[in-house]
Amino acid sequence: MSKNKVLLTDPLDDNNPITVQVLGICSALAITVQLKAAIVMSLSVVAVMGASNVIVSILRNLIPNRIRIIVQLTVIASLVVLVDQILKAYAYDVSKELSIFIGLIITNCIVMGRLEAFALGNGVWRSFLDGVGNAFGYGGILILVAFFRELLGSGNLLGVQVIPDFFYEQWGYENNGMMLLSPMALITVGLIIWVQRSRNRKLIEKA
Amino acid sequence: MDYANLFIKSIFIENMVFAYFLGMCSYLAVSKTVKTSIGMGFAVVFVLTITVPLNFLIDKYILQPGALIWLGPEYAELDLSFLSFIMFIAVIASMVQLVEMIVEKISPALYGALGIFLPLIAVNCAILGGSLFMQIKDFSGILESGIYGFGSGIGWLLAILAIAAIREKIAYSNVPAPLRGLGITFIITGLMAIGFMSFMGIKL
Repeated sequence: MSKNKVLLTDPLDDNNPITVQVLGICSALAITVQLKAAIVMSLSVVAVMGASNVIVSILRNLIPNRIRIIVQLTVIASLVVLVDQILKAYAYDVSKELSIFIGLIITNCIVMGRLEAFALGNGVWRSFLDGVGNAFGYGGILILVAFFRELLGSGNLLGVQVIPDFFYEQWGYENNGMMLLSPMALITVGLIIWVQRSRNRKLIEKA
Repeated sequence: MDYANLFIKSIFIENMVFAYFLGMCSYLAVSKTVKTSIGMGFAVVFVLTITVPLNFLIDKYILQPGALIWLGPEYAELDLSFLSFIMFIAVIASMVQLVEMIVEKISPALYGALGIFLPLIAVNCAILGGSLFMQIKDFSGILESGIYGFGSGIGWLLAILAIAAIREKIAYSNVPAPLRGLGITFIITGLMAIGFMSFMGIKL
């Protein structure tokens, strides 16, 4: 039991897909301007990863080794199409905002990476836990970055203003428009890595 | 003139790495030395230049709403655009395989240089991203989309070369331990992206 629990908790910190395994960076940076988009993206990735890990794990003894990449891509792509269509039907605004990045879940290396590294060699239940765990680790960073970017960049959280009006009127507080631009996403992730590694020193890279 | 404009724009203003963060994973993983990053960069240029026009044709004649009209008037209503993800990724994955085989046959030297990077490319989001942006941008012809693919590839090459050169130098400096490696690379990329923002709004 505890071994299975590790699969779920490890990716949250010690083996985080973004800050340690360096997987799935692209989308983590591009769609973190607003918290809402980040949450929808995280949920989509949780769904796709959980399902694709299960499917590939069921098929793992049937897939010929040489064409496994194409098989995996097809499984992922079909799931992503499903998620995309559901979003278009029930959350059209958000799906517009995420534009091509839902499609890019297909090539999000986090999904492929976990399929290759884990689902191809492990049972169904363990693969499911691994997929969901990693997706949560990924979503956690996504939401953290989006939290800071939306709060400091536009003074909102989930589209609701949280910085009180007298901050602007009396103290001359200004939103930092820079946070909304793409470079600050990179720097925010860099700073998160800094904080995480100074807390968890065994992650520090050797010079 | 329009083509030159599109070319410059796709390299600098809409740079794949700095403006859209596409292909970040391989950008971070392969940029430890200049030598490997050149190989990876050229492989990306190569595959983007081939797949974007190819997917343009598929989009125009098969997937778009009403694109199947050349089969006869009864097909004019069909809209297959929901299949574009699967079609594009299938084209990319099979093109990469094909290119790998052809290059191996024709030029073993080039294969030696690009070989290991080609399989990695199928999952490089810059490639799929190029095709998806092509779909949004609504290009008028195959030449235009080809130039867009080529320009985006060159932009990616430029970015990975620059970061590789910086990382080779920074190995000798005294970076705070928790920032070493990944952290400092992120921050440098952020600073470079700020630099690239100065290209914004340039009209040619």
